Amino acid sequence: MDYPTLLQLLDSTVRLATPLLLACLAGLFSERAGIFDIGLEGKMLVAAFLAAATAALTGNVWLGLLAGTLGSLLFAAIHGVASITFRGNQLISGVAINFLAAGLTVVVSQALFGQGGRTPQLGEGSRFASITLPGAVDLQGLSLAEQRELNPLLLLYSDVVSGHTILVYVAFLTVPLTWWLLFRTRFGLRLRAVGENPAAVDTAGISVTRLRYAAVAIAGLLCAIAGAQLSTAEPAAGFIKDMTAGRGFIALAALIFAKWRPWTALWACLLFGFLSALALRSALVESIIGLDVPSQFLDALPYVLTIVILAGFVGRAIPPRAGGEPYVKER
Amino acid sequence: MDRMPRWADILLVPAISLLLAALISALVILAIGENPWQALLIMVDGALGSTSGWGYTLYYATNFIFTGLAVSVAFHARMFNIGGEGQAAIGGLGVALVLLYIPFPHWSLALLAAMLGAMTAGALWAFVPAILQAKRGSHIVITTMLFNFIAAALLNYLLVGPLKPTGTMETATAGFPETTSIPSFRDMFSFGDVILFRGTPANISFFVALLAAFLVWLLIWRTRLGYEIRAFGFSEGAARYAGIGATRMIVLSMVISGALAGLMAINNTMGSDERLIMNAVEGAGFIGIAVALMGRNHPVGVCLAALLFGILYQGGGILGMDTAIPREMIVVIQALVILFTGALDQMVRMPVERLFARRRARAALSPPGPALPGLQTPKPTGAPTAEP
Amino acid sequence: MANPSIELRGISKSFGPVQANKDISIRVMPGTIHGIIGENGAGKSTLMSILYGFYKADAGTILIDGREVVIPDSQSAIRAGIGMVFQHFKLVENFTVLENVVLGAESGPLLRPSLARARAELRRLADEYELDVDPDARIEEIGVGMQQRVEILKALYRDARILILDEPTGVLTPAEADHLFRILRNLEAQGKTVILITHKLREIMDVTDTVSVMRRGEMVAHFETARTSPAELAEAMVGRKVLLRVDKRPATPGAPVLEVQDLRVTDAKKVERLKGVSLTVRAGEILGIAGVAGNGQSELLEVLGGYMKATGSVRVKGVPQDLSRDDQGQARRDAGVGHVPEDRQSEGLVLDFAAWENVCLGYHDRRPYSGSLLMDLAAMRRDADAKMGRFDVRPHDPLLAAKSFSGGNQQKIVVAREIESAPALLLVGQPTRGVDIGAIEFIHKQIVSLRDAGVAILLVSVELDEILSLSDRIAVMFDGRIMGEREAGQTDARELGLLMAGITEPAGRAA
Repeated sequence: MDYPTLLQLLDSTVRLATPLLLACLAGLFSERAGIFDIGLEGKMLVAAFLAAATAALTGNVWLGLLAGTLGSLLFAAIHGVASITFRGNQLISGVAINFLAAGLTVVVSQALFGQGGRTPQLGEGSRFASITLPGAVDLQGLSLAEQRELNPLLLLYSDVVSGHTILVYVAFLTVPLTWWLLFRTRFGLRLRAVGENPAAVDTAGISVTRLRYAAVAIAGLLCAIAGAQLSTAEPAAGFIKDMTAGRGFIALAALIFAKWRPWTALWACLLFGFLSALALRSALVESIIGLDVPSQFLDALPYVLTIVILAGFVGRAIPPRAGGEPYVKER
Repeated sequence: MDRMPRWADILLVPAISLLLAALISALVILAIGENPWQALLIMVDGALGSTSGWGYTLYYATNFIFTGLAVSVAFHARMFNIGGEGQAAIGGLGVALVLLYIPFPHWSLALLAAMLGAMTAGALWAFVPAILQAKRGSHIVITTMLFNFIAAALLNYLLVGPLKPTGTMETATAGFPETTSIPSFRDMFSFGDVILFRGTPANISFFVALLAAFLVWLLIWRTRLGYEIRAFGFSEGAARYAGIGATRMIVLSMVISGALAGLMAINNTMGSDERLIMNAVEGAGFIGIAVALMGRNHPVGVCLAALLFGILYQGGGILGMDTAIPREMIVVIQALVILFTGALDQMVRMPVERLFARRRARAALSPPGPALPGLQTPKPTGAPTAEP
Repeated sequence: MANPSIELRGISKSFGPVQANKDISIRVMPGTIHGIIGENGAGKSTLMSILYGFYKADAGTILIDGREVVIPDSQSAIRAGIGMVFQHFKLVENFTVLENVVLGAESGPLLRPSLARARAELRRLADEYELDVDPDARIEEIGVGMQQRVEILKALYRDARILILDEPTGVLTPAEADHLFRILRNLEAQGKTVILITHKLREIMDVTDTVSVMRRGEMVAHFETARTSPAELAEAMVGRKVLLRVDKRPATPGAPVLEVQDLRVTDAKKVERLKGVSLTVRAGEILGIAGVAGNGQSELLEVLGGYMKATGSVRVKGVPQDLSRDDQGQARRDAGVGHVPEDRQSEGLVLDFAAWENVCLGYHDRRPYSGSLLMDLAAMRRDADAKMGRFDVRPHDPLLAAKSFSGGNQQKIVVAREIESAPALLLVGQPTRGVDIGAIEFIHKQIVSLRDAGVAILLVSVELDEILSLSDRIAVMFDGRIMGEREAGQTDARELGLLMAGITEPAGRAA
């Protein structure tokens, strides 16, 4: 494999890692506050659909992002009410949200567009376009041989760093932002505390409920961006039924792998993004390994590797102590 | 003190949850421009209006009994098995391998062998997540869900490649031999000129499902293993103290669960399709979750809930043909049932508990009974007992 | 006359038909240490919850410094100058001391300035009150004594003028308790008000100026500590004369039933919890294990009960037990070991099971409960009914869920089960924690009569009085080791206290 091909692979990696990263950080906020969120998948799906549908109907992709955010926040609110106010089983709530999203997106999509669950193709104006950063070289017309002639760093910059949609850049910026919020602010201290020992927070006179709802809302927001990126960011051109395809679960595995820390989550998600990128290039994989690889095997690879990671490392990773437990005042 | 009488716990609360789910579904149907009442009528007629409808309804209900029992058995051990979809699919593989490669002189032998194959396959598929949870702490919800995706990929590969007979177009295995064809409802209940359940896939597996339900009841509430599973599910600490091994509980409950889910394959793969096809499970594994929750993890409840969902599923299919409401509406209803019976359980319970508390308070105004010395301050609702 | 620092007038609170607090009135003057004593279930916790805003009283008023205040939540309690140190600490384990102190009392949205301010303030408070802590240590790394000081600092950092401590010495060695009392006297000298809630008569006598006694939800007596006695207080607590010691004949020990040699346990974090424990218990004797909680007693019980791995040797009636596995509960029972565990709610009982299902927990594979294939539910129910009658469990309803019974009755179910399995060795952990005095007397009598019938009994308790009154021999555990063994009649609380704190002295030397 030569350098330009590697870079193309890395380019795909960044793009494919983005929804995972956003969903992973969403899960991070939620779980650090003590609320398990298995419903990342459903929130992303709802956002993906609403973003694409609204963009298709209005021609404005930013309105689409807004619609997606509102939808994701609504589903996040359902999870919050069930888990926080009614102290229900958080896992069941998450599973219900996933199903609800899967069903509703198709029902509404069919009613609106009649295309069997997908939204109409989005034209150039109604989706997030690639942004060429200053100083990057346009690689469109160049052959691989010509690319190899260029300065390696310039090529890296032009191929991997430049040329993504704004949502991708936002996603990567969210990592330091998350770190700062969690570890350098009062809100972050309280949020982390409420996931470890909500009684400590409660007796200090702070509302456990409000903190947890805030965490759930942040999760909803981040999932919305993830979903919008899936359906309305170039090269995507619309919503397809069940398009999240398990990414929410992979994001959870990345979160556990990353031991609930933002910077480590970045690397974990890049790794999974890399695997997904490989799965799209079976010919490349075959040329490297020298064996015939069935496409289904590559499709299953991210899931299998997730299991391997869960089996290999989780015994040591300690989740937030109060995770998954509804808070009931001890009197 | 128990906060509501048993009948309210088992019947009233699920009924209210169901009503709420139905109401919201009706709103959704309204929102997409259809008439909910009409939809309900079409559904009920399509499901129960003829023996043909009944045939489909009971066929689907059979699927859901198996998957519902599967989820409920795991739930008793506190394991949330959402891998029923994959376990049922692999169960189909087990059935296919048995029926395609072993000759059987009579359908009864084929059925027994297929049951074994289905259960073993489903159990195996649940075994890996179980061991990972028991030994490595890998969260069973995540692993079983991922195994669903892996099962789909595996079956896809097998049905497009190795198991597909050369020269055919359909992504499926070869048809199972004639001698393995089990009696359908049509075969069993038609007599003379009267042909009932014409063209429906309902078959003898329905009775196997009912038997399975009875055996699950026996297991959970009458055997030592069932006692241990329930103790472990309620209190891991107490189980440890009593010498009930956690690994054993997790693995056994999941393996039984997987076997039950896999067993579904005798209904669809053996009894109806008579070959292994793509996407044979069609969401029944997930519906099992709703069925188990609605049925409060009790076999009787599971059977009733499975029947209800059978009606919804068959009715939903008819609805999809006769109206603009797509089949996915069933997924919405299933999600709402899971939400209200599972996660929003307290939202339904609290008003009902308050109602009964008020009735009790009124009854308590009659002359008090003998004082009970030593009775301590009652624990606040819902709180774990906090010792002063 | 100065206003009382805190005054309660006519506070009442009911939960359904049961009145937890009935017309409570107290006045506590500033610069004093006031004790509130009562047995478990007397209503002390409810009162404290009201003061801290967890509950709203049905009737009555609260006055702070003469002004009426309303306390709807913890924020208001803190603002009113009330600081509370709970029995179970409310600390975030993986935060530092500084972060715990600052949590909820930050000085702004950014963390760094808050932490800096807190650091300076902590240094000042440490000097003033002898409250030394390491601000950068993580809670999970520091000992219980320092954790408690952190809790006190939290309250002082928020300008608490009234400090309420709920059962503070349960987890402290006698020496640490003395340190705590010094701190309390410093606070008192600075004009703070201290309220000490406890069930320990000795503490009241040692450190309080005045004391109120609660019984069944009512305030039944007020005393000046200097002018009362433990006996008078105990009688007020219970309403009748109380035997502070259990009546028992001298023991006649027989053959060894339990022989433990060099027992070692390492926990999941690679910390050694038992560092070579050896002991023997004979038939017909009670060996009491004294010690502050957390020194290896729980691990000892779990290993002997069969659900924790260990190295070393354990023999019951001469038969070696398998220590390499943690699922040996059934094997131990088959070997004749009964076990009343320390935590009845999360170990001894399945709270969601009915009483009749709990009565065979651990023995569920034996006749008459289990046949060859199925369990005999009728036999289980009959057995539960009989046991509940013999042990006076109330309400006498085998169908009632275990969680609906009071602490004392729950404990009686566990004790009934274990005693009636006719063990050769009975392990007993904290048998009377959270249990009302009537049940305490009953359980103590049961233990002694079991001993008289020839059973070997290993008793673990953090209540030194219980150990002293029940045991024939006493071993003290500290830091995973047995510090010393004494005959019960030849030692006292002071000597045992020194051993509990890890100080070994040659027997007979005065401190």
